[in-house]
Amino acid sequence: MAQTAPVEVDRPIDEQDVTPDVPWIVIVWNDPINLMSYVVYVFQKLFGYPREKATKLMMDVHVKGRAVVSDGPRERCEADVARLHAHGLWATLQKDR
Amino acid sequence: MPIARVKRLRRGGFALRIPPPERDVLAAVPPMLRSLLVGGDAGDPAMRRLFPSAFLDDEAAAAEFDSVVRDDLLEQRLAAVDTMERTLQAERLSEDELVAWLAAVNDLRLVLGVRLALTEESTPEDFAGDPETDRAYGLYGYLSYLEEDVVRALSSE
Repeated sequence: MAQTAPVEVDRPIDEQDVTPDVPWIVIVWNDPINLMSYVVYVFQKLFGYPREKATKLMMDVHVKGRAVVSDGPRERCEADVARLHAHGLWATLQKDR
Repeated sequence: MPIARVKRLRRGGFALRIPPPERDVLAAVPPMLRSLLVGGDAGDPAMRRLFPSAFLDDEAAAAEFDSVVRDDLLEQRLAAVDTMERTLQAERLSEDELVAWLAAVNDLRLVLGVRLALTEESTPEDFAGDPETDRAYGLYGYLSYLEEDVVRALSSE
């Protein structure tokens, strides 16, 4: 009985082997002027986050000085930053290193 | 507890219960903001607060971003100022109109906060010595109080 030759299986390309499409992140920085309630409201309105998540992000901004509020392709992050600026929040974007 | 200045109505929209003296105070908001937005120097710290850099350590990218979004951002801000001015005496606002009030009120808070160099440790006594800063801080405080009411109303069911 002939042995079935082992099938050559292409090893799945490890995700690390692919040049990663580096995601970008949007950071909101603490400032002494924006009200805590207002910042929670803006996070809920712009990102659709539930109140709990929006509140946690606001507290991170307030206590740690910054929080990552969204991530994704550069274009989407730029749009998020523009919307945050329109709402008076201090936001920047950068590559997620 | 003082009555809420802004309240969501069951039939839609929001009731504005703002006494006349406060309306007089609020009448100053649109012209103050408009004169800064239209005539302000881009290097003015208050303008830089309203149009901040989108990149921490990449000036070229920040300038490019600014050139793309600035006009649109300015237009949005001026539209909110116009809406607030048009509805200053209204007793009822639509949600869009109230959101415009919120934008204008928060923008002026940012401007006043920058002018007063506010920090999280600031107290009213810091501004009591000079009539002009005392008045600016008073307006800032009132706008903060009103903004809390507006946010509460917008967040309510």
